[in-house]
This record gives sequence, C-alpha cells and structure tokens, in this order.
Amino acid sequence: MVFEKVKEIIVDELGVEEEEVKLESNLQEDLDADSLDIVQLAMEIEEAFDIQISAEDQKKIKTVQDIVTYVNENK
Amino acid sequence: MKKARIIGTGRALPNKKVHNTDLEKIVETSDQWIKERSGIETRYISTGETTTELAYSAAEKAIINSNINKEEVDLVIVATVSPDSYAPATACVIAKKLGLKNPTAFDLTAGCSGFVYGLTVAKQFIENGNVKNALIVGVEVLSKLVNWKDRGTCVLFGDGAGACILSASDKNGIINTFTGSDGDINNLLHIPGEPLDNPFYKEEKPLPSKISMEGSEIFKFATRIIKKSVKTVLKDSNYTVAQLNHIVPHQANLRIIEYASEKLKIDLDKFYVNLDHCGNTSAASIPIALDEMNEKGLLKENDLIFLVGFGGGLTWGAALLSW
Repeated sequence: MVFEKVKEIIVDELGVEEEEVKLESNLQEDLDADSLDIVQLAMEIEEAFDIQISAEDQKKIKTVQDIVTYVNENK
Repeated sequence: MKKARIIGTGRALPNKKVHNTDLEKIVETSDQWIKERSGIETRYISTGETTTELAYSAAEKAIINSNINKEEVDLVIVATVSPDSYAPATACVIAKKLGLKNPTAFDLTAGCSGFVYGLTVAKQFIENGNVKNALIVGVEVLSKLVNWKDRGTCVLFGDGAGACILSASDKNGIINTFTGSDGDINNLLHIPGEPLDNPFYKEEKPLPSKISMEGSEIFKFATRIIKKSVKTVLKDSNYTVAQLNHIVPHQANLRIIEYASEKLKIDLDKFYVNLDHCGNTSAASIPIALDEMNEKGLLKENDLIFLVGFGGGLTWGAALLSW
C-alpha cells in the first residue's frame, strides 16, 4: 500500500516515530522537516516508486496525503 | 607513458574569518539555521585580498611543497569564476609574478568542478609527454559576486585558494577521471557576465548582477552526481569503494555529503569536511581541503583518494588518484 511505503520512507528520512506519521501530517509543521529534508524525501519517493517529481510539483507537496496522492496519480 | 602525480599542495585564505553570528547583523538569519541547513560555521572573506593575490600565494606554497624549481613548471591552469580580469588571465599574471619560464597559462571556468577539470586537462598534457609539471590552482573571491541581501546564498559562500603541482612521474598518480556537463539553461546556478552595452544597443531590463541559486535542484543534482561519479570511476578502474582511503568532495553543504555517505553506504569519516570553517569556496574547495589534509599528515603514500567536484554549469568532475 502506498501510504505504508511512504510512511516507512518518512520514518527513515525524518527520524520520526511511525505513530507520528498520519495522512494529515504537515511535513514542515508536524514532522519538523526543513526544505532540504523535503528534497531528500522527494528523491527517496522518486526512487521507491520509479516516478519523477518536478521542482514545481515538489513545492506543492505539504502533507503526507499530498505525497500519497501524487504517487497514486503518477505511478 | 608517464603518470600524472600530485607532488605538492598549497593554500591561501583571507585574513578575516566571518562567523554565522556576524552574518546575523547583515541579513535575517541565525547561526542555528545556517548550521542546520549547511554545516557551515565560519568562512573567510576578503578585506582586500584579490583573486590574483590568493592564487599567487597558494601557488607559491605548492611549488615550495613540491620541491621542484619554479622554472620546471610548464603549464599553469587557474580554475575560477571570479577572476580580477578577463585579460590578462589570472594564470598568466601569477606565472609572471612567480617568475615561471613562459609556461602555457590559462584560466578555466567550470564552476565548482574547475579544479578537477583542471587536473583532468593537465593530465592529458602530461600523459602525452607535452608537460612535465603543471601548476593547478582553484581560487575564488565569491564575496564580490554574492548578493549580500540574499540570505539564502550569502551565508554559504567564502573566499580562498588552493593549488597543487601535478608532475610527470613513473610512480602512481591519477588513475581515472570522469568529467561531464548538463547545461544549465534554466539558471539553476547563475553568475551573470557583462550585459550587452554599445552605442547601437543597450539592454532595456537590467540583468541580475549577482549569484543566484535554486538550492533544492542543486542539492538533488549534487547528491545524484556524487553517487554516479563514484560508481563510474571505480567501475572503470577495478577498485572498490572499500579500498578508498579518502573522499574529498566539493565543500558545498554538509547535508549533501551526509546524504551521499548514506546512499553510497560509505562511512562519513571517509569524507574530508572543512566547509564548517571555510564555507563553499567553489573551485578552491577541493585543493584547499587537499592541502589541509596534506599538512595534517592524513595522506599516506599509496592512499587512494577520490575527488569529486560538482556545480555551476552544471558540471561534474571526479578523479581517483594514488597519493
């Protein structure tokens, strides 16, 4: 399931606990990600799902739900 | 065929060391923000030292460290994006001031890959038997190109120079190189030149005059290219990652180096890092690092060293060498 995989990647990259990662979680506000964390996260997502995330699309991603939606629309 | 071997190094840094807290007084930033985003704590900023002066000083030290006579230097390459003049080239000026004997001398523009590009170019001359001793300098005074109102960039860059003597040798030297480019037509990392300006034409809109950078895109590019460079250079040279003694990456951002270490599964200890006190000195970063390592006695004979530069162009340059 996409959310499970995305959660795994977020836990790995951001060093947060699994319970903290909810679909509504805001990457910067709730999960403490800075701009470079988000770039790294995007790179991991690209690799895991074999998709490309353009710089513009990356800027629109704010929550975990945004990532899951993006993956589902582009894989 | 002779091999191209580094036999001497040198570096020169401006006197003034600027701490993150000093920058808090100039732009809206904080020591914590800068350290977290980049790993940088201080950088050296010129208060009068020119690109030429820094290059000269680093070069002089490299020649002394190499134990050759200056008359034996027959090629001078200065990698820089911040020369004091387009003509004469910095290389020509320092060759004259050092008292070298009319060597081939030119400046080389390849962003933060400049020094490794320079090594690669000199290696061709040496291996073809045309040059015996090449002086390669990486030097920048980025502080004159930085927009000091842009808190996203002005905190990252510093000034300085590093140099080496690459010599024709029967001992081991540069084993393999990998250079390339991916033209930056979207201004991901941009330092403008002179705008059109003549009696028949003048630019209507003034062009930006300082460094601008799309940080996230460059971060992505940098981490990917480090990984690709290591794989490519090692694959073609029959060495393994485990055999590398030192990795000297361009000193742009600690987060890039940490991410590369993680993706390549190489201990972070193997990566030499000095951006914490030097900041990002573009073409100067790798030779400054090499000289620091040399001075500290970190480099043992036959150590395998992997250099990787990446940046403006976009360019990349990697080299595997034996010390």
